[in-house]
Amino acid sequence: MIVDLERFVARERPFWQELEYLLGRLDADPERTLPMEDALRLHYLYQRGGAGLAKLSALPGETALRSYVESLVSRAYGQIHETRGHHWGTSVWRWFTVSFPQAFRRRRREFALSAGLLFLGAAFGAFALRVDPSAKDSLVGFGHLKQTPAERVAKEEKEQSQSDRMAGRKTSFSAELMTHNTRVAILTCALGMTWGFGTTISLFYNGVILGAVAYDYVQAGYTRFLLGWLLPHGSVEIPAILLGGQAGFVLAGALLRRRERRRLGERLRQVTPDVLHLLGGVAILLVWAGMVEAFFSQYHEPILPYDLKIAVGLLELFCLFFFLSRAGRHARD
Amino acid sequence: MRAIEPDALRIRTPEGITFSLPLAGPVRRCLAMILDLFCVGVIMTTIGYLVRALSLVGDDVAGALYYLFYFVVSTGYGIFLEWRWRGQTVGKRALRLRVVDAEGLRLRPTQIVLRNLLRPVDTLPVLYLLGGAVTFFNQRRQRLGDLAAGTVVIYEAAIAEPDFTRIATAKFNSLSAYPHLAARLRMRVPPTWIAITFEALLRRDQFDPAARLELYRELAGRFQAEADFPPAATEDLSDEQYLRNVLEVMARRR
Repeated sequence: MIVDLERFVARERPFWQELEYLLGRLDADPERTLPMEDALRLHYLYQRGGAGLAKLSALPGETALRSYVESLVSRAYGQIHETRGHHWGTSVWRWFTVSFPQAFRRRRREFALSAGLLFLGAAFGAFALRVDPSAKDSLVGFGHLKQTPAERVAKEEKEQSQSDRMAGRKTSFSAELMTHNTRVAILTCALGMTWGFGTTISLFYNGVILGAVAYDYVQAGYTRFLLGWLLPHGSVEIPAILLGGQAGFVLAGALLRRRERRRLGERLRQVTPDVLHLLGGVAILLVWAGMVEAFFSQYHEPILPYDLKIAVGLLELFCLFFFLSRAGRHARD
Repeated sequence: MRAIEPDALRIRTPEGITFSLPLAGPVRRCLAMILDLFCVGVIMTTIGYLVRALSLVGDDVAGALYYLFYFVVSTGYGIFLEWRWRGQTVGKRALRLRVVDAEGLRLRPTQIVLRNLLRPVDTLPVLYLLGGAVTFFNQRRQRLGDLAAGTVVIYEAAIAEPDFTRIATAKFNSLSAYPHLAARLRMRVPPTWIAITFEALLRRDQFDPAARLELYRELAGRFQAEADFPPAATEDLSDEQYLRNVLEVMARRR
């Protein structure tokens, strides 16, 4: 119980001001870590402020003073009781070669689900086009996919023998692809917060387009062109989108796993690092895929032999899965 | 330990201290977001001019730089500022909002990154309809990104020490001779009455004189009903002075 409010305020005010100063210093630099002496002092001031707040709480009406002390105590509480890391952590190289592949392996069931949905969509797209060829406009009726495969191959091979159709726009096209695909991957992941429904739809829809395009080219006899066009960048881009879906399903899993005794917030907090590792890896992969698509995939025969492009694509695919399955196996994350 | 009261996140620490964090309302959050969009627009316009000035490197490279900058700025604006300013962006700072950990703990980089990366799903289908709807059905007023990251957005009212001199009583307080009655008032009078009386005294000059007299008479009557001080202590006291003396004896015991 406060015996004399004015005397109490006069006695405590220097401690409150010191606490405010210490918190201000910490606020000014998020990376700052207090030396032991200052940390002990902060703890003492926090406890003293807390004791003062308890006394003020028993005194009705002092709302302004209580709010002032309450704000100091709440800020100090956050600083003192946070034992989890608050720095950006490990080096980029270690993160990419250890944390990212380890997160991929820890969540391989979600990746399998993601891949399964994409391939299911692809099978549906191919089946839909086989059953109803007139549905092509509805399924893939945009950009150069509107043309028949024969028209497109003839046009692009003819153009390439005359001039470089990508001249003067390769770099900007590459950047556009990188940023667009990264946004798609982030959205696919974010849609995991709709209990995975949105991620499912996004993966299935992308699969439908992929399957319809693939069927269109294969049944027209242009399988080599298709593989030469898609594999160099698709062998990285498609797995990257699958990784985005994997991250989305990790989030969805945390939302849906209600039988576990932990609260929703704890479940989500537990999966957050893996989601971010996966999304970070996706961004790196899509930068590579964007460069390959702009600078390599768009060149066909006679400039680049299709067999070479297919070989490069298969090599990338092998390297990617070798990396994801082996990298950082013996390192501690 | 954490409890939720309407529009506030109440946290009880292991030491037994309890404090509340007032949650930000939708209008303030919306205004802060508009301000942040304006900032991103200004940054991008500036970068657009700079990129055009880079015509030396060619249109292709300039176009690529614009795409990359747009992506970095639109995605990284919230992440960078919320990290550097401890949960605030330009818009949030202007509207006195702050992102904090839902447990009252220190905000971590992973939380900031996740809540900003998941923003696209909150914007669906348009104008943050999904995220906005989720905040209405959520006691902590969290959008989906906040739910995933374990963060809440709070309103930081301007906080200052109260100026006690503004309700200072005369040097002699005739009611201080009756500590048992002061103690009875402390027990019986609800905090809301005291807060109302405190505010009524602080705002005395804002009232019409007749309304002020009426208000002070009514408030004094309520206090008198709870603890009737002897006439010797209250005679010659106006209702206003009576209220000042009552608040003082309730705040201190001699």
